[in-house]
Amino acid sequence: MKVTIDGIEIEVEPGTTVLQAARMIGGDVVPPAMCYYSKLKDTGGNCRACLVEVSKGSEADPRPMPKMMPSCKTGVMDGMEVKVKTSERALDARKAVTEFLLINHPLDCPVCDQAGECDLQNLSFKHGLEKTRFKEEKRTFEPENIGDKIQLHMNRCILCYRCVHTAEQVCGSRNHGVLNRGDHAQISTYISASIDHEMSGNMIDVCPVGALTDKTFRFKSRVWFNKPFNAHRNCDKCCGKTTLWMFGNEIQRVTARKDEYHEVEEFICNECRFDHKEVSDWVIEGPRKFEKFSVINQNNYTRKMDTVKIATEKQILEGREQDRKKISMKEVPYKNTENS
Amino acid sequence: MGQKILFDKIHIPGIKTYDVYRENGGYASVEKALKMNPDDITEEVKTSGLRGRGGAGFPVGLKWSFIDKKSGNPRHLVCNADESEPGTFKDRYLMEYIPHLLIEGMITSSFALGANLSYIYIRGEYMWVFKTLERAIKEAYAAGWLGKNIKGSGYDLDLHVHCGGGAYICGEETALIESLEGKRGNPRIKPPFPAVKGLWQNPTVVNNVESIASVPWIVLNSGEDYAKIGLGRSTGTKLFSVSGHVKKPGVYEIEMGITVDEFMNSDEYCGGMIDDRPLKGLIPGGSSVPILPQHLIFKTANGEDRLMTYESLADGGFATGSSLGSGGFIVYNDTACIVRNTWNFSRFYHHESCGQCSPCREGTGWMEKILWRIENGQGTEEDIDVLWSVQAKIEGNTICPLGDAAAWPVAAAIRHFREEFEYHIRFPEKIKNRDHFVNEPFEKVKHLVAKETL
Repeated sequence: MKVTIDGIEIEVEPGTTVLQAARMIGGDVVPPAMCYYSKLKDTGGNCRACLVEVSKGSEADPRPMPKMMPSCKTGVMDGMEVKVKTSERALDARKAVTEFLLINHPLDCPVCDQAGECDLQNLSFKHGLEKTRFKEEKRTFEPENIGDKIQLHMNRCILCYRCVHTAEQVCGSRNHGVLNRGDHAQISTYISASIDHEMSGNMIDVCPVGALTDKTFRFKSRVWFNKPFNAHRNCDKCCGKTTLWMFGNEIQRVTARKDEYHEVEEFICNECRFDHKEVSDWVIEGPRKFEKFSVINQNNYTRKMDTVKIATEKQILEGREQDRKKISMKEVPYKNTENS
Repeated sequence: MGQKILFDKIHIPGIKTYDVYRENGGYASVEKALKMNPDDITEEVKTSGLRGRGGAGFPVGLKWSFIDKKSGNPRHLVCNADESEPGTFKDRYLMEYIPHLLIEGMITSSFALGANLSYIYIRGEYMWVFKTLERAIKEAYAAGWLGKNIKGSGYDLDLHVHCGGGAYICGEETALIESLEGKRGNPRIKPPFPAVKGLWQNPTVVNNVESIASVPWIVLNSGEDYAKIGLGRSTGTKLFSVSGHVKKPGVYEIEMGITVDEFMNSDEYCGGMIDDRPLKGLIPGGSSVPILPQHLIFKTANGEDRLMTYESLADGGFATGSSLGSGGFIVYNDTACIVRNTWNFSRFYHHESCGQCSPCREGTGWMEKILWRIENGQGTEEDIDVLWSVQAKIEGNTICPLGDAAAWPVAAAIRHFREEFEYHIRFPEKIKNRDHFVNEPFEKVKHLVAKETL
């Protein structure tokens, strides 16, 4: 069946969702997804970041759909026409969702451990407002210890339910879930420090924001100071294919390999993730490519850079001359030395 | 006196018990239905034009016809008795005083749908009604109206009452199904609709108490007779639960199509305004529907008489009209503070939002906080605009209609009573010093607002 997204026609199999079809096209037409995770079943529909306008239902029923549709849960019909970036309504809705998500999520990217690889940071950068209209007090939670591997920072959680689905489908034992309702809803464990399943580390990878982070990596480094390498080892619990985040010769963190939509390619076990931090444990395949405009890329000087020209005025230069004299310390001695 | 269908026998002493109910012609519709073809019953309901009484007003017969009979999976009928909207208390009345009518409706409807296992999902706060229903079901089992081979017809039906946890969101049909399955009451994303995949992935129909209780009359008489009552596409009778500043609050059964004026002012129904104070606003269908200002209560925007029908109350959209909703008729006189009232509703929706999707989870809390500030004399000029913008961003962007239900009352309050919001913001001292339960009539201070604005 055929579907047209922003004027680009594509042939897809029945049962494909609009988001999957958009991802087949790639590029700008792909709506952002905060809660949908293609590797997990039954995800999507919660965050509403991927809302799109369906301007033509199908060939059989060409009426436009009155409401904005979540592209991750809307199945493609033959002849459907979808507007993603060409629809004002869709862009407005996305802006609205970004604003709602940022209401109770503190914008503490400078100190958050997820900075640089946070989906909400990217969403906010593309669709957010430069200042908030929310004047009220933000919702806060008491810190909770959910286990020795994963740090839960509930204040940053956007209730995407991804970690709950991971626990159910990947770990097979769910000791945590969502408590309470409305904006009091929170991720919490049934018994404190109970998350200890051997695949539980994947919750860190699926979390789109900094709510679940790696206790062994926290505050060791910023991601853009690390260099990622693809590596593998023989593992009887998982595929053993990982990304090593290196600082010089030191492995600071191990994660699963992620694709262009920041979704892991294959889930890895906790042993690979947390217990093998020696270079000799791994077969390093080579440096990992990452997005051109990623924050991680900012520390990469291998690209040819344009020459930076600084527009300076005479007065500024004059001032600097004086400053230089002060800094040189030859002509202008320190005050305390003068006194002594 | 209008025709009574649901409340016809409600005044008979002891009608709650099986024996009295049976003596007064109870369960006759089941006797008749068991001899009929199930599809003919669906056709009768279709002909009757009965519309869902839970709020959305979707035709019941049409909903029944969507049920997937070809899949071969067991089918279910679920009665939605999770009545939690502020201002709506009609189903409780029906179940409390004439429980066997609902059970009779459940048997007839289940037979029409081919369901062998049906449920009544009742809200947890109605514990005494739950017990009444349990007792009535026990009586029905004992008399052979439920269980295996009902009255020798070969049809089996089990009926259970399920007591919910007391969450407004569980009145939404898919959240109700999730809750009935023992999970957290989060709405499901549609499609698939419950008629295809509902309770335990089986085809399911979810209907309101009042809709199901109307079925026995339709089966006993005929769909055509039912369609003769009422007006246009709003057929039959409807229960209205009246609260607020009227002389006679209560639950009334009316024939659809009488004027709002007649309903409000005739002695048979509401009996007019209490203390004969002027009317300020009216919510015709429970707290989730937009409030109507004084000039739009008795007349529509076109100048026609406003009638108690789905179409007339909606009046071509939400800008000038409201909605019939679930029939929670809330009346305000001039002492009511619209801001406080809107804050109160917003507080309710914030508390009841399930927290699954972002706009509703975050937006309802934001609206409540802004309204709280305005109500307590701490609002700023841009707050009204922010509030308007927030409600517009919630509406239509959520999984289930709770987001819309939270947004509409706020939108209508700002649209029709903006000057009251401005008054709260401009004169915070007056607001702080007033008696919180009696607001100063706006007419008295209107000149102050006008002076400042001009």
